Amino acid sequence: MWHRVFALVTKELLAVFKDVKSRIVLIVPPLLQLVVFGYAATYDLNHVPFAVYNEDPSQPSRELVARFEGAPAFQEIARIHNNAEIAPLINERKALMVLHIDRRFSRDLLRGIPGPIEIILDGRNSNTALLAAGYANTILSDFNSWWAARHGGVEPPARLDIRARFNENLESRWFIVPAIVALLTQVVALLVTALSVAREREAGTFDQLLVTPMRPIDILIGKSIPGLLIGVVEATFIITVGVLWFEVPLRGGFVALYLGLFLFLLSVIGVGLMVSSLSVTQQQALLGTFLFMVPSVILSGFATPIANMPLLVQYLTYLNPMRYFLIVVRGVFLEGSSSYSLTPQYWPMLLIGVATLAMAGWLFRRRLY
Amino acid sequence: MNRERLMRLRGLLRKELLQVVRDPSSIAIAFVMPVILLLIFGYGVSLDAKRIPIALVVEQPNRDSASFTAGFFQSPYFVPLRFSNIQEADVAMRARLVEGIVWLRSDFSRRLLSNGNAPIGLIVDGVDANNARIVEGYLQQVWAAWIAKFSASRGLSLKTPVKAEVRVWFNPALNSTDFLVPGLIAVIMTLSGALLTAMVVAREWERGTMEALLVTPASIHEIILSKLVPYFVLGMGGMILSVAMAVWLFDVPLHGSLWLLMAASSVFLLCALGMGLLISTVSKNQFVAGQVALIVTFLPAFMLSGFVFDIRSMPAAIQLITYLVAARYFVTILQSVFLAGNVWSVVLPNILALTAMATIFLGLARWSARKSLE
Repeated sequence: MWHRVFALVTKELLAVFKDVKSRIVLIVPPLLQLVVFGYAATYDLNHVPFAVYNEDPSQPSRELVARFEGAPAFQEIARIHNNAEIAPLINERKALMVLHIDRRFSRDLLRGIPGPIEIILDGRNSNTALLAAGYANTILSDFNSWWAARHGGVEPPARLDIRARFNENLESRWFIVPAIVALLTQVVALLVTALSVAREREAGTFDQLLVTPMRPIDILIGKSIPGLLIGVVEATFIITVGVLWFEVPLRGGFVALYLGLFLFLLSVIGVGLMVSSLSVTQQQALLGTFLFMVPSVILSGFATPIANMPLLVQYLTYLNPMRYFLIVVRGVFLEGSSSYSLTPQYWPMLLIGVATLAMAGWLFRRRLY
Repeated sequence: MNRERLMRLRGLLRKELLQVVRDPSSIAIAFVMPVILLLIFGYGVSLDAKRIPIALVVEQPNRDSASFTAGFFQSPYFVPLRFSNIQEADVAMRARLVEGIVWLRSDFSRRLLSNGNAPIGLIVDGVDANNARIVEGYLQQVWAAWIAKFSASRGLSLKTPVKAEVRVWFNPALNSTDFLVPGLIAVIMTLSGALLTAMVVAREWERGTMEALLVTPASIHEIILSKLVPYFVLGMGGMILSVAMAVWLFDVPLHGSLWLLMAASSVFLLCALGMGLLISTVSKNQFVAGQVALIVTFLPAFMLSGFVFDIRSMPAAIQLITYLVAARYFVTILQSVFLAGNVWSVVLPNILALTAMATIFLGLARWSARKSLE
């Protein structure tokens, strides 16, 4: 039996790699995407363009402005001198923020009344606006404690001592790069498997395969192994680049990571083969792949947290293998999770994998056109 | 001559239309896919954290600690869970049951009363850095509200030297749906526009019917035009559906004019269809065409368009790459027209960029279709 499966695996791998175009499609884009997305996918702000509208040329206001100018998150792009200049700057997206210091600022400050300042933000990207407001508040509270220390203000009776666990500097790259392992591995594994049956169906060679001595289970294994091999190689490469190039810490063990990867690939290949054996043409198979892939990326917790979704959509994500694997990669990379603590993520992937593969094998024989 | 041309075009269009009507997959791509995707994503994609589970560890409960923790029970952002010691809370955080820990040590009350700047320990799960920052912001709000109340009740005149009034234009409530849905429309339209032409035309190449068309007296212009018109109509239908859903279902305000939105959308759609045509004429094979369409449309539109990840935060080299992504221009237009209004200085340059890209894609598609005959 095994030499038959082996022959099928060889044939499948040849079918994928013999064509120059499909070889290029499998190798080049994932590499480019890894580098581009690794840098592009960030929620950290740097060089937020902002404008200063300082109506109170005094020493304290200059000190405050200097603190904004010195912060790496902000970059001053203009100084303006009247109210009418604010709207065009923000509307035309030239500045994300305008720092407006009122005429009474230093006078009130010296009297002990809160000095009035205004921060105007472009809310078109609400997340950026929220983060910029947060950075601005940090600068302000630093300024406040500096001012209080020099002018004898009352210290607050309690202070917050904030620490972040697992990702101490809250770098979003540490959050995104491990997730790219899941994203690109899924894309490649799906593409390899989803078309493998449909292509043969369209060409009529699948019927020939079915009349050979191979059992459906042999065909299933033979069709799964190429995707598994390509997926593992691709993922290993991305993990290496993530650690060596993007310097994301890999705190957990390889067993926990690769067990998760194996189960993830199993479930993705299962979905791919199921879609493939459901479709009559390659076009249908591709459409099916898209219809699975796009929601599975967006509803996985890749960019936006699952906890923010409505309950109904949260239940839907339980069907998504990427949801579990994202917890595994992020857990192993950042938290150093063990395979024992990740068991709740492993078994759903196994379940999805077994169910979809069984379904695909069943469909091999049932759908004879 | 001109009449002959018109007749040929009419014939070609009739053929394409019949094909669209008889093949449900193009209608599915144009109408069903956008509706389903927008439904799932519009509800599913949100950056607004609400009801964040948080662990409270109070080592020595008393009136002072109770007055502090009460803030968490009143806040709509938190669901506080009590733990008796930090180890248990830590286990809960590792199991992802809570996203943060508020830790009042046993000397909290004593140091608070002796004015010793009592520390309140806050530990947030930093894996999702963006979410962690949002959680931190909410925690600070609870703390600030409590400290003002506490100081006032003790007769302490606590001074904040500078207090900023933050005003957010265009989206005062910082509702992330209002910002994400316009971007989603761009992502979905990129996908359906490119798929419509890429898949359908690649199939014709594969079957050889494209070559059959090319040897008829019809010119390449006419053939390309006849491929564009039906899918353009379908794509615009999908676009109108998406805008209607954004406005009526997701309550995204549309401050700009609908006509401007439609004008920009039609230019963008030409661009996406042109990209699809180019992909299919270059690859001539459904397998490769589908893969290329997926790789060059959905993923860049998702990651490099400014739909979630702000382009201004990216390194300069990556920002340059984003200029090659058509969705980038469309996302900017959509976000501005929906939330800010007809900001011509933003909309016009972006429409011009889209026009240029559409011309280039269609020109290349024509060139490569002609070349493939030689």
